[in-house]
Amino acid sequence: MEKVTMAGAINRALRDAMAVDSSVVVFGEDVGALGGVFRVTDGLAAEFGSERCFDTPLAESGIVGMAVGMAMNGFRPVVEMQFDAFAYPAFEQIVSHVAKMRNRTAGAVTLPIVLRIPYGGGIGGVEHHCDSSEAYYAHTPGLEVYAPSSAADAYELMRAALRRSDPVVFLEPKKLYWTSEEVAFSSLSSSSLSSPSAAALSSSPSAAAVASSPLAGASVAGAAVAASPLAGASVAGAAVAGASVAGAEPGRAVVRRAGTDVTLIAYGPSVGVCLSAASVAFLEGRSLEVVDMRTLVPFDDETVCASVARTGRAVVVAEAAGFGGVAAEIAARVSERCFTALAAPVRRVTGFDIPYPPPAYESFHLPSVDRVLDAVDDLQWEDA
Amino acid sequence: MTRDPAHLLPSADPVQLIDVEGKRVRDDVRIPEATDLVRAYGALVLGRRFNEQAYALVRQGRLAVYPSSTGQEACQIAAAHVLDDGDWLFPTYRDAVAMVARGVDPVETLTLLRGDWHCGYDPYRHRVATQATPLATQLPHAVGVALAAKLRSEPTVALAMCGDGATSEGDFAEALNFAAVFAVPVVFFVQNNEYAISVPLSRQTAAPSLAHRGIGFGIPGQRVDGNDVAALLTVLGDAVARARAGEGPQLVEAHTYRVQAHTNADDDGRYRSADEVSAWAPRDPLLRLATYLRASGLLDDAAQVAFDTEAERVAAALRASSPAAPDPARLFAHVFAEPTPQLREQAALVRDELSREVEV
Repeated sequence: MEKVTMAGAINRALRDAMAVDSSVVVFGEDVGALGGVFRVTDGLAAEFGSERCFDTPLAESGIVGMAVGMAMNGFRPVVEMQFDAFAYPAFEQIVSHVAKMRNRTAGAVTLPIVLRIPYGGGIGGVEHHCDSSEAYYAHTPGLEVYAPSSAADAYELMRAALRRSDPVVFLEPKKLYWTSEEVAFSSLSSSSLSSPSAAALSSSPSAAAVASSPLAGASVAGAAVAASPLAGASVAGAAVAGASVAGAEPGRAVVRRAGTDVTLIAYGPSVGVCLSAASVAFLEGRSLEVVDMRTLVPFDDETVCASVARTGRAVVVAEAAGFGGVAAEIAARVSERCFTALAAPVRRVTGFDIPYPPPAYESFHLPSVDRVLDAVDDLQWEDA
Repeated sequence: MTRDPAHLLPSADPVQLIDVEGKRVRDDVRIPEATDLVRAYGALVLGRRFNEQAYALVRQGRLAVYPSSTGQEACQIAAAHVLDDGDWLFPTYRDAVAMVARGVDPVETLTLLRGDWHCGYDPYRHRVATQATPLATQLPHAVGVALAAKLRSEPTVALAMCGDGATSEGDFAEALNFAAVFAVPVVFFVQNNEYAISVPLSRQTAAPSLAHRGIGFGIPGQRVDGNDVAALLTVLGDAVARARAGEGPQLVEAHTYRVQAHTNADDDGRYRSADEVSAWAPRDPLLRLATYLRASGLLDDAAQVAFDTEAERVAAALRASSPAAPDPARLFAHVFAEPTPQLREQAALVRDELSREVEV
């Protein structure tokens, strides 16, 4: 077992993939000597040379467009969009080319590109640095969209992304970058390339339960979770189903915590909030199950529906603005597929339909444990 | 660090080797070999016929739309003929004739325009990328292809085409900048045909010429008469050679004219006069080269007949082709390597609907 942050885990995944696959190249803004503003590419240029990891001019469309050409010509580019909102200049390349090339060439040209996007709020960032932009990508046919919630998942999903022949938008929750967890990296590098489940990783029991960011002290939103007197309990209390979480792979959600009364459905930065909420609810006598989607595309209807069929109630939790978002899609899917099992309407707890607010207002905007519990309270228990 | 940009400057006037009278000019500049000129002429004849036939198919409702390159065929042919087999061509929607000249099957070239959902050909077969519709977006792709080749020490050159309007797009600037910074072998080939649909060049740029725009990126620019295939073969050929020799990206602006409307859906009478269009007729690229070749004894009636026959054969193939019967199942097949569970459900839904239609 080894203590590793999510940033460190992604860095390790990139390093391990680059070591065994010479077609993997990493480029973007400040990813070379600096190692990225979040240090996710730290040391890669030094270890693999400036032809494998290099800085580009400051032009996101050019970065993604160049990745398209390199992928057409034998490489497996990993590009970093420095922040969520900084990816928007590349939107046309992503939507019109990255996502569509396989289809418009009837499978002749595939683009195995990984678009890394540090995303989401909770770090006290200023405007343009905290967007939850997953809906744009998940809405675009041809893009896979991953959103890990733990360091172990981040490692395995990145390795999986680097084995896919389709482009992957890899959403890295910024507020979890520096969250440490114990991960068993037992058999790394070449052996882990062979199959998606051979990454030889397993989360420690308490891995995903550490909801609060290490930046929580500096961040209002993080404090909303961390300041709870029950935060300590949440770490221990959440260690239920996570104890033997299988290796993450695309299209397979995981039940992070088993429960009987309500299914909380989340991904990326909201999973920890849900686990904390489940811990609090447990003390109040309610048993909440937490499903971590891990990947939004492919989407695992099966695990979600199986859980809701057991619990009969569902709350979807996501940081992004709710209107037209991924949480809305999940709520709709649950309503369509699990209607007869539902004892109450599916609820959503999301960011509000406002531009991402400044640091002092973050806690009002981001889904908090209290808002999740309020939504749970609202699920027509009198009829149960 | 500053460098004297003089070496990046294009010539004051577009390079011309055969004038509108069909006479050889500029003895100081190499003219292509006779065989190359004759080959180019044959391709011009075919290209013109292809344009005419495609336009006719639109009028018959058999093509959804066709952005014609009539009048610009010299640019189209030269772009294809200056490349080696291992090079890449990045065409736009108006560059079907260049694709055909590169070797793509003429019928396959029109797959999308005939109403299918895919480009119709394997881009790797002739190293011809898919036709880009979003303006200038293919230019960074060419940079990536060239960088990939450079990292593997392959001698590949990417020739990326765009129009005058596309030079206003951000991707034009980003592609030129990336290409220059990474010193990759890309030739950016701008067909300045004076109009971006209805908007004249004066609304795209205040630069002295589009070739001058290379200077700001550290890329040498050159201007060439876009209706003189001899000059195009020389200027573009030199640019490709410099790129291949490791001198980095090159920018070539061809001065030409879009003789027909933007597409069949366009009404060019609203933004330009018939006199302006007819003034370009004497500058026609076929006429000029035919006159030169005839006068030089390089083209006789028999050769002309052979070229015309081949052009008619291709035109007949275009007329004979029809779109494949729509198979909705195929729409789901290539979204991902493996269809997601959701796509499988949706494909099944369509299958189910179709099977019930048959029962009725």
